[in-house]
Amino acid sequence: MLNIKNLHVKLEDEDKQILKGVNLTVEAGKVHAIMGPNGSGKSTLSYVLSGKGGYEVTDGSASLDGQDLLELEAEERATAGLFLAFQYPVEIPGVGNMTFLRTAVNAQRKARGEDPMSAADFLKEVRKTAKSLKIDAEMLKRPVNVGFSGGEKKRNEILQMAMLSPKMCILDETDSGLDVDAMKLVAEGVNALRDGKRGFLVITHYQRLLDHIKPDVVHIMANGRIIKTGGPELALEVENNGYAGILAEVE
Amino acid sequence: MAALDQTQVKEGIDQETVDAVREVGGAYKHGWATDIEMEYAPKGLTTDIVRLISQKNEEPQWMLDWRLQAYDRWLTKEEPSWAMVDYPEIDFQDQYYYARPKSMEVKPKSLDEVDPKLLETYKKLGIPLKEQMILAGVEGAENAPAEGRKVAVDAVFDSVSLGTTFKAELAEAGVIFCSISEAIREHPELVKKYLGTVVPVSDNFYATLNSAVFSDGSFVYVPPGVRCPMELSTYFRINAENTGQFERTLIIADKGSYVSYLEGCTAPARDIAQLHAAVVEIIIEEDAEVKYSTVQNWYPGDENGKGGIYNFVTKRADCRGDRAKIMWTQVETGSAVTWKYPSCILRGDDSQGEFYSIAITNNYQQADTGTKMVHLGKNTKSRIVSKGISAGHAQNTYRGLVSMHPKAKNARNYTQCDSLLIGNKCGAHTVPYIEVKNNSARVEHEATTSKVDDDQLFYCRSRGMDEEAAVALVVNGFCKDVLQALPMEFAMEAQQLVAISLEGSVG
Repeated sequence: MLNIKNLHVKLEDEDKQILKGVNLTVEAGKVHAIMGPNGSGKSTLSYVLSGKGGYEVTDGSASLDGQDLLELEAEERATAGLFLAFQYPVEIPGVGNMTFLRTAVNAQRKARGEDPMSAADFLKEVRKTAKSLKIDAEMLKRPVNVGFSGGEKKRNEILQMAMLSPKMCILDETDSGLDVDAMKLVAEGVNALRDGKRGFLVITHYQRLLDHIKPDVVHIMANGRIIKTGGPELALEVENNGYAGILAEVE
Repeated sequence: MAALDQTQVKEGIDQETVDAVREVGGAYKHGWATDIEMEYAPKGLTTDIVRLISQKNEEPQWMLDWRLQAYDRWLTKEEPSWAMVDYPEIDFQDQYYYARPKSMEVKPKSLDEVDPKLLETYKKLGIPLKEQMILAGVEGAENAPAEGRKVAVDAVFDSVSLGTTFKAELAEAGVIFCSISEAIREHPELVKKYLGTVVPVSDNFYATLNSAVFSDGSFVYVPPGVRCPMELSTYFRINAENTGQFERTLIIADKGSYVSYLEGCTAPARDIAQLHAAVVEIIIEEDAEVKYSTVQNWYPGDENGKGGIYNFVTKRADCRGDRAKIMWTQVETGSAVTWKYPSCILRGDDSQGEFYSIAITNNYQQADTGTKMVHLGKNTKSRIVSKGISAGHAQNTYRGLVSMHPKAKNARNYTQCDSLLIGNKCGAHTVPYIEVKNNSARVEHEATTSKVDDDQLFYCRSRGMDEEAAVALVVNGFCKDVLQALPMEFAMEAQQLVAISLEGSVG
């Protein structure tokens, strides 16, 4: 489903190489986790895939179901079925959460040549989904992410993910800043979206999120490359021994 | 007169105009023969033109005298230059004050000949085809078959007020809503009593000019204790013929009454900049309340700054009685140059003035706009919320005065000015003037300037919105406080306008 080949990325304004040949394939229905120390390039990978500016791809490719992602605008990648749950969701003052969601849903529908969702259908859908994520109606009315707690912001990301029903979900450190209960809620939300067809790429520092979202494959990323790939046991190894052992082993 | 008789009148020129010119022809003996070669009333402003306008409107002598006095004052006045706007010098003798500067020949024959961008705008506003044709000045549009819903607006088109739809129902409530020319004929006692009492004839250069040459506009009188049963709406258009660019609006809310008044403005795209100098006067008596909302979408010029409306407008409300209330709400998205400061004179004790404004400038537009809150009475309150958005090469200035007079004990003002910049070639300026002449008054002023954040745009785009939709969403969020102050149907239109006027502002 998601195919990344030999991806090299540098900062646009600086001569600084961040990704140095990333190879990764996420199959439909699978959950892949990427772990790695700070500065290994995990978040950059998620940004480059979703089309954020400020990066330059110097080599390699990335495609979703055969469609070249790097050629598309950010919004076209979203419409193609890619979703990024942000590590730091952005605040948009004055724009109601519901308005934002509906604008996004209908923008994607329009781009796919579908009719916009009616206000009534949308409301029904969003209420149902919000309820399953324990997001109350009041939070839907508040401006996007403004004054949200860390947990509310991340649940809001999962709500957007559920409403947009992407093919491929990238979760960038969704566990950061969450207490155990909030993390469980978010994980349940993600697990509810595992339908055997949808692909997931879960980026995290810690193994604990992977207790709740069970990965099929775990990758270790360091210094702009994936240096080791294994099963869920690899995450446990990191949890117990840290990254030092694996880094030493590879070098 | 011989010259006039021989002049071939082009098809489509209003016969009435020709007749009117003919009737007062004697007064035009100076240079008339050469000027009439243009087949329409001559350029420039003279007492003869003032007489012509008055005569055309079938005005009584007192009105003509009023105009002529204004004209004399205007001759002694100088164009103001303090605003932060820059435009080529206007030759006031090179303007048409009554007749039609463009012959019917240059009128577009069909929608195919109209600037497609303008049509796109109308379409996005949900204006039906027939209305689009009328707005675009297409020949014979009035006779085209109507389709779809009718736009529920009363219009001042070419000096003809169409604001008569609900006349019977309004009359039942005692509300007078008609064109100002009709009011001058039918309700002279009211017009005489109030006209020029809020914006005096000699108030400023443009207001004085307007007083001399205003062609038409709207008149509203709400009698004591009456709550106007519906929103009153006037739709102004600078039409293709370049007439009707000096509207005059007079609104009187008598004791304990209430009225909400909506004003919409558009203009067809023309290469040559057009002058617009309107005056709005509002009188609010004891315990009365007026809401005045404007969505101004005059043609802003093209993306290179060519053409567009020069908008020099004087709007003022006088809270004469105790506990009178005025609320101005404006959404300014059009015009090449905007010079406009809807003001509140808070004369009555406990009277209140509010001003909510969104001013959007894109490409080469310039706006210098704001308000004046003049606190004269005790316990008067005012609130200013101004949102300025600049994109492209535009310059956007908030200019506001808060004045607390010695007798305005315990007067209060709160001002909030927020500026939003899109791109790095535009400018935003805030020029607040504050005068406090008594110790018990309280004035608060808050101002912010921010840029549309790349992270916000990326966040929206990563959810599937294109860049323009993302900008529109973020900007609408920025303007929310003001959009909320608008009546419902206007709020929708304004939101769409925000999106339209910022097209091409990013990327």
